[in-house]
Amino acid sequence: MSTAAEHLLILEPGRAERNYWRDLYRYRELFYILAWRDIAVRYKQTVIGVAWALIRPFLTMVIFTVVFGRLAKLPTDGDAPYALLVLAGMLPWTLFSTALNEAATSLTTNEKLISKVYFPRLIVPTAAVIVAFVDMAISLLLLVGVMAYYQFMPGWQIVLLPVFAILAVLASLGPGLYITALNVKYRDFRYIIPFIAQFGLYVSPVGFSSNVIPEQWRLVYSLNPIVCVIDGFRWCLLAGNATLDLHSMAVSFAMLLFLLWLGVRKFRSMERSFADII
Amino acid sequence: MSEIVIRSEGLGKSYFIGHEGSREKYTTLRDVIARQARQVWQSSRRAWRGQAVIAGRDIEEFWALRDVSFEIKQGEVVGIIGRNGAGKSTVLKILSRITEPTEGRVTLRGRVASLLEVGTGFHPELTGRENIFLNGAILGMTRAEIKRKFDEIVAFAEADKFLDTPVKRYSSGMNIRLAFSVAAHLEPEILLVDEVLAVGDAQFQKKCLGKMRAVASSGRTVLFVSHNMAAVDALCSRGIVLQSGDVLCDCSIRDAVSHYLSTIRSTTCEAEVWDRDFVASSVRLAGLTVLSRNVPTNGVLVGDEAIFRIAYVADVPHRQCHFRIKVVNAFDQVVAKLMTDTCEDVDELPNGAGHIDCVVPAMNLMPGEYRLSLALKVGHDRVDFVADAGRFQVIPAAMSANGKLPDEGICILPCQWRQRSASSARQAAIV
Repeated sequence: MSTAAEHLLILEPGRAERNYWRDLYRYRELFYILAWRDIAVRYKQTVIGVAWALIRPFLTMVIFTVVFGRLAKLPTDGDAPYALLVLAGMLPWTLFSTALNEAATSLTTNEKLISKVYFPRLIVPTAAVIVAFVDMAISLLLLVGVMAYYQFMPGWQIVLLPVFAILAVLASLGPGLYITALNVKYRDFRYIIPFIAQFGLYVSPVGFSSNVIPEQWRLVYSLNPIVCVIDGFRWCLLAGNATLDLHSMAVSFAMLLFLLWLGVRKFRSMERSFADII
Repeated sequence: MSEIVIRSEGLGKSYFIGHEGSREKYTTLRDVIARQARQVWQSSRRAWRGQAVIAGRDIEEFWALRDVSFEIKQGEVVGIIGRNGAGKSTVLKILSRITEPTEGRVTLRGRVASLLEVGTGFHPELTGRENIFLNGAILGMTRAEIKRKFDEIVAFAEADKFLDTPVKRYSSGMNIRLAFSVAAHLEPEILLVDEVLAVGDAQFQKKCLGKMRAVASSGRTVLFVSHNMAAVDALCSRGIVLQSGDVLCDCSIRDAVSHYLSTIRSTTCEAEVWDRDFVASSVRLAGLTVLSRNVPTNGVLVGDEAIFRIAYVADVPHRQCHFRIKVVNAFDQVVAKLMTDTCEDVDELPNGAGHIDCVVPAMNLMPGEYRLSLALKVGHDRVDFVADAGRFQVIPAAMSANGKLPDEGICILPCQWRQRSASSARQAAIV
């Protein structure tokens, strides 16, 4: 295959692995197969299987539409039906929170692998995140159904939807990596996830439109990295009814990148000791 | 053939372990709460400073491995042997990059694959076929490689009928067979193997050993950790003996095995030399003596009476004590377990020191060295355990008129041979 000299490897304490990113690429097959495993296993031994990916967002959509749209009478974006506004926020939010949850618990659920085999550990949380994509792809069917019900036609913007989907996953990967690395050492951190998921649902524009946020609070509000993802989704799906606030998008996106950098850095610095302390 | 592919220089690995210290006696709930609060405060302070949080009050640095240096040339098959906790697995973990060394350095040339466990990453919900791909990828094989060897793997595991059944429905033997057979088809330049041959039934073990031998003779460099001296002896050409984190010797496999045996032959049976943790129980084991022909000895003739005398100390009288002795041969096989449970419970132990004898009327084991482990249970709780409590030799002796002993087996079953001719059988039938 290749000569031994090419595989010269020196192991020393604290030695930064220079070929880490190349290694990551070399282990891509493991990434595919771990992602495939998580997908294959996700709905095994369930009665309704993938229908879960439809039922959960549907019920949440109904409740949010009633609470925010009917009872609180919040305005929608343009003339888009409120249910559609909620669903367009719901999809990226579910994508984010599922991905965050999967990433954050991935190392501890793959404990056996980590203590017995070497591979760039970054593979585990990134492969776990793929499951969330599949769930979202299924949920898109629900979106199609609701759009058909309201006879609503999305515009050309929809072609950019995958970009924002990737953005949602990147947003989850930052905190996900940070928490999963810490979770290896202190199992307390897994209790943070349900909290983030619950809390985040209300500070992010899932049940309401970003337009209802008063101007003086916009900056603080935009520090939430999910804001740019959800606003992006609405812009893609609601065919010109939603507008993009570029200023707020930029702040939110910068925050997203910062968290991602922080997560990767923390993960990399702790990675080498994972097998000892897991 | 003479190129050095693994070079280890001054390799060391330390862990931090915590001790509870002398435990305070909790008297009131207030004390308990105060102590817990102090602990939470201390550990969160440590966590904040980025230090490791370790349970216990005294933190001790423990060197699992210290100053280990060796060189391994291409194509060598090296056995790493040593007792439990000697650092064998730590060496493999460092070489396979799972953990990083605390000091020293290792240079590796070539593709390394390690097999520290059979069936790592097997998922119970997936089918046999899916698990072959999953496990193969985890061990570092590419999809194309696995596809190429798929039929071979299935044939080796004898699992073709159950390929599309979830692994959780497999028998444990089948599971292990499939897992081993994936691992056996790895083809790296350097292979690190940890104690994986001790799986499956005898027939499959033989097959595994054969496969390992084929791998070893194909010019690959193999590092093999095992307790099974027979397997090490059969596979390896060179041996490295580790003892509490140090290299004791690095020589031919024959010498290494006898060195290893000598580390365990130094036997005194007093509690002071036992390698065990502090025992908190109010009744504990205090010594073991082997007697034969009424004198303490560590050599028992085949067929002779032997007495295992266990000394104990009880601070208070105890009821329902069970003593257990395991007799283990040089291949780490338990050849016999002697337990008071199967005879009668020692219903009462008065307080103070005393001893209890286990009388074996005839030592019908094959000649060789045996290790004894002791356990003491009170009710259902194991209160004391000594893995290596003492050793004795079974010395060949004439059991029969012509002085011969069987040439194979683990034990010598007393038996008689009767010959019956056809005519006498017919007679018996008529009667």
